Parts: sequence; structure tokens; C-alpha cells
Amino acid sequence: MSAFTMEDLFRIMRECAGEEEAVDLSSAAAEQEFSVLGYDSLALMEAISRVERGFGVELPEDTLGEALTPAAFVDAVNAALAGRTPAVEAAG
Amino acid sequence: MTATAVVTGVGVLAPNGIGAQEYWSATLRGESGIGRITHFDPSRYPSRLAGEVTGFSVRDHIPSRLVPQTDRTTQFALAGSDWALADCGLTADSLPADARGVVTASASGGFEFGQRELGHLWGKDPKHVSAYMSFAWFYAVNSGQVSIRHDLRGPTGVVVTDQAGGLDAVAQARRRIRGGTPLMLTGGMDASLCPYGLAAQISAGILSDSEDPTRAYLPFDAAADGHVPGEGGAMLTLEDARRARERGARSYGEISGYAATFDPRPGSGRPANLERAVRGALADAGLRPDDIAFVLADGAGEPESDRVEAQALTAVFGPEGVPVTVPKTMTGRLYSGAAPLDLVTALFALRDGVVPPTVHVDRPATGYAIDLVTGSPRPVDGDAALVLARGRGGFNSAMVVRRPSVA
Repeated sequence: MSAFTMEDLFRIMRECAGEEEAVDLSSAAAEQEFSVLGYDSLALMEAISRVERGFGVELPEDTLGEALTPAAFVDAVNAALAGRTPAVEAAG
Repeated sequence: MTATAVVTGVGVLAPNGIGAQEYWSATLRGESGIGRITHFDPSRYPSRLAGEVTGFSVRDHIPSRLVPQTDRTTQFALAGSDWALADCGLTADSLPADARGVVTASASGGFEFGQRELGHLWGKDPKHVSAYMSFAWFYAVNSGQVSIRHDLRGPTGVVVTDQAGGLDAVAQARRRIRGGTPLMLTGGMDASLCPYGLAAQISAGILSDSEDPTRAYLPFDAAADGHVPGEGGAMLTLEDARRARERGARSYGEISGYAATFDPRPGSGRPANLERAVRGALADAGLRPDDIAFVLADGAGEPESDRVEAQALTAVFGPEGVPVTVPKTMTGRLYSGAAPLDLVTALFALRDGVVPPTVHVDRPATGYAIDLVTGSPRPVDGDAALVLARGRGGFNSAMVVRRPSVA
């Protein structure tokens, strides 16, 4: 499984939660907080579940809860992907 | 003195016209929006006709951020609210947020959204269910989304009384105006022309199974045999009349009388209570039956309900005592959206001195003794009109609207 990229995250955010009119989801947005980008907790829940389905990984809620920016979110997903064991994948 | 509530803005989505002016022009031309359902393949269902809103571009009217979290019903409510607010001429910051509220009616909520996500739940697994399922199919979702979008932090709520809810919500908004809230958004939108929504209506046994769009919904006709469902409705801005006048706002007219009653349980042998609602609304408006220029009837299109409504009208107004019409024959029944749309129709009809016809009805049932406006529009002269709305389960609501006191 390839790593999870910023482009993957932005594509998923657009698909599942749209994009604020005044916001441009580009590399400049990576370090901005989700709340500034117009995404609330439900939008993040939606994104988390899409990532879990698309990348075959379980994302612990408390880890993601601390990811306030897209960059932190991508890091957390990649950490989960790296730590994934085949047993967890099969159980998931 | 109690504050007077006036309508200062309207936003309409109807099967025969998007936008208030387009709807009104089509309605005066007698144009029907009823046809075979195109939103999904209805061939496996016994009822296949509906009044669909065609040509509504989600991309043009709904911010992309809101699309994944809204049912079509809510998209209609958001668009209608945008238009009503623009029409009333108030800018977002002209009133403090707690000076503006919203009360809508809802008869089904976001059924299509709910159907899709329940399909994911049982067809896949819980992880495939949208997080937005947590609110997107609720009755209260339209009030909630409109409140968030326009920062309406005053009185907020939702009324669920089937088709009567369209009047009950406007009455509740009027109550809030009288209580001192300067601006209320109100009205109703329903859009449940999906398999689940249609199945729910079919199970009630009151949909027509005719395949002919001109013969399927015939209120007060000898051939009445159920109704055609539709989607859409109207949103209105209500304001305190004095404040509206002070800011130079245009008023479409006043919500001047309202009453709601509830019917006895079926089989009780006691009479229906629609007449009491009509008399109550007239008394609330301080008007006599002679003051009413015309009536927009509920027009269930089901013989027993039609008979009850005709009896109530003849009891109050006398045989053939007032012009009665059902423009819903051009849209199908819009559930919570129907009565707010009828209020717009009534206000425009008073303004222009002309009542739209009840289309397709060419053989009114004998014995009803009502003066049904059929064929073409009829000129009327008067200051006030009565709108009736009845909901399944025994809800009767009546509302009187008046022309603006200063033209």
C-alpha cells in the first residue's frame, strides 16, 4: 500500500464535504486548521471513514482528534499505515 | 396593540416554475408540471406520476460545502430561503442575529438521503454510512441548515403536521413576530420523490394510479380518485409591519387570521372540524365570510375529504358563495410545501385581481355546491383570501391573508 498524500486528503475532503467558496485546498492549506478551512468535526468523521475504507486502515479516534491541520492528519494516517499489521488488516 | 405580520419576501420552487414570477405566470396560464416520474424508474410502482421540479441546478444554487450533507429537500429550502431573503431586501447584517429566526414545516425530512444511507448500512456496513446521516434526514434539518447559513439565532423550530404544517409553521412565525422578533423566515419544502418516499405515500392508499397526467388529480371532480405527489414549496420572510414600513420594504400582504383544529378519531361518528378552523381564522382576522374574495382549498382529490371540505365551505359561505380554486392541480400535492406556495398564490392573486384555475377538473361532482374556478383564470375584486390545508391524521388549518393596507 502506497503512502497517504496531501492530494489524497484534499480529494477526499472535496468528495465527502465539499469546499468553502473562499477556500482553496492547495499546498498552502496544509498547515491551516480544519476549522479555518471550514471543516467541522462531522466533516472530519466523514473523511476518516473514507480513508479507512479506501486505504484499508483503522484510524484511532483519539489520534485523529489531535490532528488539527491537514498536514497532521496526513502524518497520522501514514503512521497508522506504517504500524498496520496483517492481522489488524484482516480483522478490519 | 399586537404587532401585524407582513410578508416581505418570497422564494418559490414549484413543478411548474422555479422562482415566484415564473411560477405565477405558469399558474395563470394553467400550465401543469405533472408527468411521469423521471427522478427514478417508477415502472414497478402502481403510481407513476408526480409533479417534479425540473431544471434546478444544485451547482448553481448550493455551495459545494453543503452538497454532500443535504437532501434535495434541504437544497430546495436553502435556495428558497436565499431568494426570499434577497426579495425582502434585508442584508445579512442589517439585524442582529438573535433578531431573526426560522420556523419551517416538514412532512418527511430528507427521505432520499436516508434511503441511500440505510442502503449503505444494510448493503455494506456501518462504516459506509455518511456522518451527515446524523441530521440530514431529520424533520428539523431545513430549519437547522437555513439557520446556520443565514446566522438566524432567534426563535427556531419545525412543525410536523403533514400538509397542514405549511400553515402551522407560518402561524408560529407570526406568533414570534408578535412576540417581538423583527424577522422570521418561514414556509416549507418537501422533495421525497424517491422510491422510499413514493412507497410511503402509496401505503397510505391515497395516491392516484392513473397514468394520464390530466386525469390523475381531480379534486372536487366526480372522477376524483386520489392525488399526485409533488415536490417543492415556498419560503417567506415575515416582518413586523411597522418595522417593514419604516425601512421602506415592499409588503405582499398581511397574515391576518389563523386557526387550527383536529378531527375526531375515524369511526367516532362525530363530524370533522374543518368548519371550526375556517370560522376561527375569520374571527382571528376580524372578518366576515363576505370579506373573503376567494378560497384556495386543500383539495385532497379523495371523495370523502372533498365532501367534508365542500360542506365546510358551504356552511360558512353558503352554496356557491365564494370562488374556490385548487392550483395544486398543476403541481401535485407538495405536503409541507403546498400551503406556503398557496399563500404566495393568494397574495399574488389579491395583488393582480385574478384567481388561477383548477385545471383538468371538467365534471365537478354534484352536490358539493361550491363555485369552483375551472378552465381559465377568473377576475376577482377584494382584499382578503382564505387558504386551507389539511394533513393526514386529522389536521385542519385555515389562514386568512390580506392585501397590504397601503398599496
